[in-house]
Amino acid sequence: MKRLFANKKLLADLCVILALLLLAGGLALALRLGREAGGQAVVRVDGRVTERHSLAENGVYPLNGGSNILVIENGEAFLREANCPDLLCVKQGRIRYNGQTITCLPNRLTVTVEGGESNGVDFTVG
Amino acid sequence: MAMCIALAMILSYVESQIPSPGIPGVKLGLANLVVVFALYRLGWKEAAGISLLRVFLVSLLFGHAASLAYSASGAALSLVGMILLKKWDKLSCVAVSVIGGVLHNAGQILMAWALMGANVVWYLPVLILSGTIAGVAIGVVSAILVKRIKL
Repeated sequence: MKRLFANKKLLADLCVILALLLLAGGLALALRLGREAGGQAVVRVDGRVTERHSLAENGVYPLNGGSNILVIENGEAFLREANCPDLLCVKQGRIRYNGQTITCLPNRLTVTVEGGESNGVDFTVG
Repeated sequence: MAMCIALAMILSYVESQIPSPGIPGVKLGLANLVVVFALYRLGWKEAAGISLLRVFLVSLLFGHAASLAYSASGAALSLVGMILLKKWDKLSCVAVSVIGGVLHNAGQILMAWALMGANVVWYLPVLILSGTIAGVAIGVVSAILVKRIKL
């Protein structure tokens, strides 16, 4: 039976794979430890901010002319509906921590949790 | 070489019919099988040609306008990494394929970051992990193919 890999390279391969797994684990850990609950959901289309909604108040907001529907519930934001066929943004689930993002590639739209202070003064209108 | 491109395209299509496990960007990268094979059996220029042509044609046929930019940046980064590693000759094609898979994801993330300014750091661990697993799978199969198929 022929060996598929030369032993020397097999060892090097395992090191590479182990290093990558450690990198992924380390990054995940660092992100988890560094996270904090965010204050608002920031909606961007083509990289430009179009809307901000406080996570402290529950609400339903159609985005981008109705292409996606953003729901804020119990301090979490998620997309409930989208007009794209794969619905990947809906499957990305709920976000509540600073920096977490839901991305909708077809509509070039992102929802990001930002800002620790949830009562953004620029939003209490009336 | 034309046959390899056709094969890579068919594999891309087959893969697009497999439901995604729910996390965007996580996929097996079946077409990478052909690229890794070509890299070892045909040479780096052929592998580059196959990979880039495949990305272009597949985006044209099955994708939408935005997908070309993502796929192309992923494929290009992945190619450069794999070609350099192959030249370095310290790793077998399993590790080369693993690095290729991870770099493919990294390229797409970079493009998402460049195009949309999205905060993509959250995605990195998931994509590194999935790229590694997919890379091992593709790499092992490629190793067998490279060994068995003589041109």
